[in-house]
Amino acid sequence: MNDRFNLYRFASPATFYPLAGRMIPWFAAAAVLFGLAGLYLGMLVAPTDFQQGEGYRIIFIHVPTSWMSMFIYLVMAFWAAIGLAFNTRLSGMMAQALAPTGALMAFLSLWTGALWGKPMWGAWWVWDARLTSELILLFLYIGYMALVAAIDDPRRADKAGGVLLLVGVVNVPIIYFSVKWWNTLHQGSSVNLTKSSMAETMLWGMLLMALSFWMYSIAVALTRARTLMLERERHTDWVKAELAETQR
Amino acid sequence: MIHWHSFSDFIAMGGYGLYVWGSFGTTALLMTIEPILVIRNRKSTLSRLKRQLRAESRTTAE
Repeated sequence: MNDRFNLYRFASPATFYPLAGRMIPWFAAAAVLFGLAGLYLGMLVAPTDFQQGEGYRIIFIHVPTSWMSMFIYLVMAFWAAIGLAFNTRLSGMMAQALAPTGALMAFLSLWTGALWGKPMWGAWWVWDARLTSELILLFLYIGYMALVAAIDDPRRADKAGGVLLLVGVVNVPIIYFSVKWWNTLHQGSSVNLTKSSMAETMLWGMLLMALSFWMYSIAVALTRARTLMLERERHTDWVKAELAETQR
Repeated sequence: MIHWHSFSDFIAMGGYGLYVWGSFGTTALLMTIEPILVIRNRKSTLSRLKRQLRAESRTTAE
């Protein structure tokens, strides 16, 4: 079998580390480019909303951060499942590397939601299904980070954190479908596969911002994962060679 | 193509300036701070591991 096409090779930190190192600058550059294009369309070109005036422009931050907060959690739960099932070393590091960025996205989703809610609903916060389940998501991120930080042995920390992630994953569909399942103040989704309720430039601005936040999250999480790999594998030959080589 | 008539129009955001710029400002700030912290953490971890490695090789050499 040709080793070059063997994906399992990248499950080992020694091969994943240099690969991630080469990819990070590209993800960072993509995040900046998509971000600039999204801000240009969203803030300078997109028309006024007929109901919400210019206040709707918060959507260009609010929707991408909300999507990312849910998506990052799903990716972490995926890594947790892989880690618990196959006992792979990399999985726990990937989940840990994603957590702070996921928490940031959940916080920004709530923060921009509050700033949007005040002028449109007249309240910074309401205990409504969508908002409450998103707040629980933020607490899940914080709880995961606290749990992992509290256990000294990294492998045991990964296991405990993984169980927490898998239990908490039920919250994600609750957030997503909350606007359908319950009668809530939060508006339904603006993007639909068949028909969209938004103007073209608004939609493209939002999708570009979402892509930008996606690339940002990958770049930041991979950088964090690389640091974790060095730390955890410091007694292996590849890390020693890496440390001897790099002067960065 | 540009939607705004003047720069002050853009800043005012049709009266929603505080809310819109509060959202964008906080996001920009936090998404600048996070990469700085991550890179700083990487640098300090690298130098600590290098120190440890040097100390280790010194003790094994003796």
